Amino acid sequence: MDILKVLTDSLRAAVGVPAAAYALAAVGLNVHFGYTGLLNFGHVAFMMMGAYGTAVTVDQGGPLWLGLLVGVGLAVALGLLLGIPTLRLRADYLAIVTIAAAEILRYVARSNTLEPLTRGVFGIQQFADPFYTLNPIPPGRYGFGTFNFSHRQLWVILVGWTAVALLLLLLTALLRSPWGRVLKAIREDEDAARSLGKNVFAYKIQSLVLGGVIGAFAGMLLAIDTQAVNPDTFISILTFFAYTVLILGGPGRILAPVVGAVLFWFLLQFADGFLREALAAGWLGSALEGNDIAAIRFALVGLGLILLMVLRPQGILGSREELLTDER
Amino acid sequence: MNAEPSAALANLTPRPGVPKPDPVLVLDEVRRSFGGLQAVAVEHLEVPRGATTALIGPNGAGKTTLFNVLTGFDRADSGTWAFDGRSLQGRRAHQIARAGMVRTFQLTKALGRLTLLDNMLLAAPGQSGERITGALLGRWRAQEAKHRAQAEDLLDRFGLAPLRHDLAGTLSGGQRKLLEMARALMARPRLLMLDEPMAGVNPALRQSLLDHIREICRRGTTVLFIEHDMDVVMGSSHWVIVMSAGRVIAEGPPAAVGSNRDVIDAYLGRHHGEAAGR
Repeated sequence: MDILKVLTDSLRAAVGVPAAAYALAAVGLNVHFGYTGLLNFGHVAFMMMGAYGTAVTVDQGGPLWLGLLVGVGLAVALGLLLGIPTLRLRADYLAIVTIAAAEILRYVARSNTLEPLTRGVFGIQQFADPFYTLNPIPPGRYGFGTFNFSHRQLWVILVGWTAVALLLLLLTALLRSPWGRVLKAIREDEDAARSLGKNVFAYKIQSLVLGGVIGAFAGMLLAIDTQAVNPDTFISILTFFAYTVLILGGPGRILAPVVGAVLFWFLLQFADGFLREALAAGWLGSALEGNDIAAIRFALVGLGLILLMVLRPQGILGSREELLTDER
Repeated sequence: MNAEPSAALANLTPRPGVPKPDPVLVLDEVRRSFGGLQAVAVEHLEVPRGATTALIGPNGAGKTTLFNVLTGFDRADSGTWAFDGRSLQGRRAHQIARAGMVRTFQLTKALGRLTLLDNMLLAAPGQSGERITGALLGRWRAQEAKHRAQAEDLLDRFGLAPLRHDLAGTLSGGQRKLLEMARALMARPRLLMLDEPMAGVNPALRQSLLDHIREICRRGTTVLFIEHDMDVVMGSSHWVIVMSAGRVIAEGPPAAVGSNRDVIDAYLGRHHGEAAGR
């Protein structure tokens, strides 16, 4: 068994583009769920707006920057569309509406009617070339030994994690301000916030739109990385992976999405690599086949999450004290 | 107790709906029903300015529903009410709070995962940093420092200053009542509406809460508070309004209301005297 290879592969996954994209998605969810208490179960819809906004615009002949703007615009529109009818209602209505909206949008993207724009089930490919022509990194591979990336990968990774860092700086400033204090107050008890003169509805809309736009960035990053969008990429499980990342890190902590995403991808890749090596070494006998591993690694990550919830229910960065006061 | 408000109210006829010399809040035909139950049916009511008014009544009298309707947490079926001459019906809760009518809740709503200081700072009105653009420009810090000083003063007055960096969720029930009162004051209300400030509080702290209510009024904030227990209001209010089955059945100075036949009937049942005599 080559444990070094398993570890370097896991490290590559931990800092790779999907990890950065999941971190971005979880940053958006952290604004919704961690700071405002909004139960958005359709985060993948915002990711889809970002990805499709970009891909369709470029596919129709527009420039990439316009595609990114369209993605942001679609996420804002979706936030308003979901928020205005539901945010005056109890928290669970938002959960129901968002999860349904995400599925509806996926089917709309698949539909024949929109095929001229979205190309239906085939999706759109090779729309991000302008992004890669901007790459200032000379061709080659960068890294140490087997832990290395191509100049193309490195470019996307750099842009992805830079976006995460900039957004975290912006959010730190926002969440430490009186504006952020109102969001947290709404999370704790929205009637109390109302009784003190805060327009709870307006703040919830702002939170939903802001977090949604950040979710759209995550979708753009995934789409640019793979140079492909396809409706069946944007299934509900993506929302729940983003929740997993956030809960791993500890909701309501500014760095939770980063810690959670790095850990999530490290564990996922480690489980995968370890099982494959073990299978190749014949340790698992005939109990497992190569095809089972993809499923079993998620089961192992699930087991890890259960252990985390038992041993450290507040997440890696969460505070025990806050958790205890929450139970009263 | 401050003699002034009592003196101004002493000459009024103690009957439901009696006009006050300087009312801060005037209600007309305010009604709210839940299905077949008429929870609130107030024909006319005036709350005197500068005084402490107790709103009492047996369970289910409609006191909290009336509070909810007046503060925008519930909708009236019909009726009008004016606060400082300004009509407030149909306004939303946060608009009513900004207008100067600030309420507390029977079940305290301490913001558990915020510190006491943050609970207080939240309530400060007119914060430029509460707009997303203002928050990013960062020019709210001077204002925040001023609010912080006010918040610390208030926390000190309510004996909570040593706990200001603790999470509100760690407070005891009585401390939460104190925090909620202090927090409501931080919003600089002209009418402070307290929903059962003494509920679930031990007798020792109850006296301290009453002292605080008296002090709030002495410093010039009009107080309207709901209380379940008639004895409590006797020494702590200038005026008492009694509700039963959604209606105002009596009002007057505490002594007059305490001996009012209708009030005793409402609390103890109409035939209590006859039953005892049999």
